[in-house]
Amino acid sequence: MKILNCPLNGPRNISEFTYGGEYHPMPDSMGSSQEAWVEYVFFPENPAGMVTEWWMHTATAFWFLADRNTITDEILRTYRLQDAGKYAHDKDV
Amino acid sequence: MPLSLLRRGLQKKEHLKHQFSVNRSLKKHYDVVIIGAGGHGLATAYYLSRYHGISNIAVLEKSYMGGGNTARNTAVIRSNYLTEEGVSFYRESLKLYKNLSNEFDYNIMYENRGQLTLAHNDAAIRSFRWRAEVNQHLGVKSELVDRQTISELAPQLNLDEEVRYPIMAGLWHADGATARHDAVAWGYARGACSRGVELHQLTEVQAVQVSSGTAREVHTNRGKISCGCVVQAVAGNSSVVAAMAGIRLPIHSYPLQAMVTQPYKPLLNPHLSSPQLHVYTHQTSRGEFVIGGGSDPYPLYNTRSTLDMKESLAAGIVELLPFLAQAKILRQWAGTTDMTPDYSPIMGLSPVDNYYLDAGWGTWGFKATPISGKCMAELVATGRVPDLIKPFELDRFYRFQQVNEAGATAASH
Repeated sequence: MKILNCPLNGPRNISEFTYGGEYHPMPDSMGSSQEAWVEYVFFPENPAGMVTEWWMHTATAFWFLADRNTITDEILRTYRLQDAGKYAHDKDV
Repeated sequence: MPLSLLRRGLQKKEHLKHQFSVNRSLKKHYDVVIIGAGGHGLATAYYLSRYHGISNIAVLEKSYMGGGNTARNTAVIRSNYLTEEGVSFYRESLKLYKNLSNEFDYNIMYENRGQLTLAHNDAAIRSFRWRAEVNQHLGVKSELVDRQTISELAPQLNLDEEVRYPIMAGLWHADGATARHDAVAWGYARGACSRGVELHQLTEVQAVQVSSGTAREVHTNRGKISCGCVVQAVAGNSSVVAAMAGIRLPIHSYPLQAMVTQPYKPLLNPHLSSPQLHVYTHQTSRGEFVIGGGSDPYPLYNTRSTLDMKESLAAGIVELLPFLAQAKILRQWAGTTDMTPDYSPIMGLSPVDNYYLDAGWGTWGFKATPISGKCMAELVATGRVPDLIKPFELDRFYRFQQVNEAGATAASH
């Protein structure tokens, strides 16, 4: 079984979690063009490599971020949203 | 029946020769560079060379021909979709499939088995009724059937009412079929290569040089080539290859896992599919049961297996065909599927002038192989987007005109 380390609940089986898509800062709700919104909603980067993404621990409805390698399926780290800036430029491993 | 099959069946000695182009170095320029030698890429090359007189074509493949999702799908051919755009498109594909062995003079082992999709609740029956009406309106054989008919179509199916999800009704698609998926790729490759198309295996595209909105060069591990235009048909790697040309796509790449059992004597004729149990199966002409289901729960560029998915497939299939509880699993595998938000493909023009997209094939690419190749060839040759694929252009996402194809998969909806 694959284990995901939830920042709130600790290490749990990955089947307890729901994948929530790539993490990207949301466009400015007032000033952004329609095109920017379309790309935010529909166009993921879908990279082969490191990606930051949303995950939710389903039982507790707790949302957090994970840095994961989409080729090896290794989970580099998991953290709360408020720590997003801390790891933004640190995905080379 | 292809005539060559009859002739060779009566011959005592088999004379073998190379069916595909071999060991050739790359030329400096090709009129058309096709990235990806799967069914779609090879079909595009075939229709271009046979019907449009264009044969200065290179089909580039980083691995071996037909080794990606062309070899990894569960070989289901059907056209009982839900949207008018989808049904019309897959209906044409099925027509081409029916005559493909004759077209190639090469046996693709096409078998018209029919497909039976099972409803385990009222909501599913309502949606089947809807699909049957849309299908019949567009000339596709599709009808709602009761439990009695189901038991006649598939006597081995467990119709017990004392199970978790009893079977209430079915959607019967008499046109449903299967074919040997490798032979489809080989038939297209053979036909294309005999008309001058070059197939280059172990040739990986590493960069696409774009200037002034036009693709000029394709860089590979075997050197650079200049190109008149580029067609990308790389399934699970669509996002990665498109990014080389600076194009973003609305695609997530998810693994899809499947497996086959040991062989049994022939006992199941149609394809069976249960959206509720997230499982589908058919018995191959070798006697094995091919079992597939839904995509993995999160994206990955990897064809590894997980116990979770195998358990889910096994649990579903044992409910439908209880005798398979004793079956041994002979092989299992996965493919990387390029899933779109609306379960429809992305075909046609891209933001780069001479760069054409054949992507977003998710879990429905094999059945679309002939018509995709035909339409992409027409687009490349004439520069005009065929009406059949117009609804599938990338631009639809910017216009909020997605084609919501709820009939695309057995499992994801």
